[in-house]
Amino acid sequence: MASSETRTTDTIEAPTADKDRLGAVEAGLDALETTGTGRPSFGQTFRTKIVPPIVAVVLVLAVWQGLISFGVVTDPGTLPSPSAVWAAAEQAWLEGKLLGYIWTSVSRGLFGFLIALAIGTPLGILVARVRFVRAAIGPILSGLQSLPSVAWVPPAVVWLGLSDQMMYTVILLGAVPSIANGLVSGIDQVPPLYLRAGRTMGATGLQGAWHIVMPAALPGYLAGLKQGWAFSWRSLMAAEIIANHPDLGVGLGQLLENGRTNIDMATVFLAIFLILLVGIAIDLLIFSPLERRVLRGRGLLVKS
Amino acid sequence: MATALAKAADGVGTVEHAARIEHVSKSFAGPAGQQLVLDDITLDVAPGEFVTLLGASGCGKSTLLNLVAGLDKPSQGSISTDGRPALMFQEHALFPWLTAGKNIELALKLRGVAKNERRERAEALLELVRLKGAYGKRVHELSGGMRQRVALARALGQESKLLLMDEPFAALDAITRDVLHDELTRIWEETRLSVLFVTHNVREAVRLAQRVVLLSSRPGRVAREWRVDIPQPRRIEDAPVAELSLEITDVLREEIRRHGQQ
Repeated sequence: MASSETRTTDTIEAPTADKDRLGAVEAGLDALETTGTGRPSFGQTFRTKIVPPIVAVVLVLAVWQGLISFGVVTDPGTLPSPSAVWAAAEQAWLEGKLLGYIWTSVSRGLFGFLIALAIGTPLGILVARVRFVRAAIGPILSGLQSLPSVAWVPPAVVWLGLSDQMMYTVILLGAVPSIANGLVSGIDQVPPLYLRAGRTMGATGLQGAWHIVMPAALPGYLAGLKQGWAFSWRSLMAAEIIANHPDLGVGLGQLLENGRTNIDMATVFLAIFLILLVGIAIDLLIFSPLERRVLRGRGLLVKS
Repeated sequence: MATALAKAADGVGTVEHAARIEHVSKSFAGPAGQQLVLDDITLDVAPGEFVTLLGASGCGKSTLLNLVAGLDKPSQGSISTDGRPALMFQEHALFPWLTAGKNIELALKLRGVAKNERRERAEALLELVRLKGAYGKRVHELSGGMRQRVALARALGQESKLLLMDEPFAALDAITRDVLHDELTRIWEETRLSVLFVTHNVREAVRLAQRVVLLSSRPGRVAREWRVDIPQPRRIEDAPVAELSLEITDVLREEIRRHGQQ
């Protein structure tokens, strides 16, 4: 019966033929139930991901230029024209200062973020795993996230003066809670099933932490890092605007404050755009690819 | 002489069963005080034997499996197993940050298999569950049936003598489940593992097992046992399977009916 449908004519081979047929059925099921997970073409990405933000930027520029061209705003001390801001950028570039402004702030921001990472990560592990520590400082850590870090600038100036240390202190107070909290919620959200599966495989204690808990908590941790960077950058700008001193070098925050004191709105707007651009660029170049990679690997990325 | 004999008897005693569950009771703290979930369960699984635990909800079958797996401790009685058992769940429980092959390799690594051997062993295990090309596949790229087969391969990678299965096919569609029954029987015959398989599906229990153990509910007790002498390979549609299933279902319903009368 079975052999009449298979190519083997030898009836002795019927049991193996039966097994082969089961294998073939299974292969068929597998083929039916798996769908290809191809990546979208460049053209598609271009149309769905790149065109819309360009359209938005062009629209904003058009409205801005319109406000000036149609005489809605006439005083350049209130709102400079896009071309005036562009000219300010060009001038800073020609004087060789533009990259210096950006680098002063970016290097401070990234260095501060790295220190925050080194403090926030072990702190997060402690809060997540040690019950006493969680009860003691968990709520404070969450609360600190909603405290605007600019509030730390006045006391930091009193304690540390107008110095780099003062700026790093403000960055840390802004970023450490975000990073620690991200790790805590990442660890809290590890599905218990993974822990059970790990334990039956012998992954307990440190091995369990290394092979199961940490990789399972990674998405939450990355979200915390992303937010931690945003908080670092914001805190730094607040600190730079307030801590304006010739010895500290000119970062983007100081550039903004200098523009204000010189009633030079083109420079003020230039500084605002640069702060925004750096924030977006770091996110696009570092955090988003990292996050996408992790989520795509786990099939957690919603296809759009 | 006498001690030598006693030792020999001891030695025989340890290989006589893959799992020995003796007078095990388990209660949990509930809203109405201590709640008895398992009541005086005694059950042996012989080496190479396939036993299904069958019962309606509330019979504590998953609790019992957790106890045998060592994830929890019995309130009374004792459980001994021949080494640490492997456990398979209703959900595949594969780690999504690892590929199918690396999931298996993690089990090998935790068991202490040398690094240079792991890849080869993982590939062999994947071949055993007929997923030869799936080594580099991510979990989300696999279908439900394929995931359970990788989970089976990972459990087999633990090289335990006893495989515990907690309704492993309950979440699959009927066609896939049917094929995986055939696969499980084939792999069980090839590896000669002992299997303790929990299900609430009577036909599945009869289709797979050499022995079906029916548990009553609230608290779970061994209500009755059947030997299944129908030769393998069986099909779930076979007349003898259906016949025995009917008999067991009648007893199961009788057990359930008692709860409505209380």
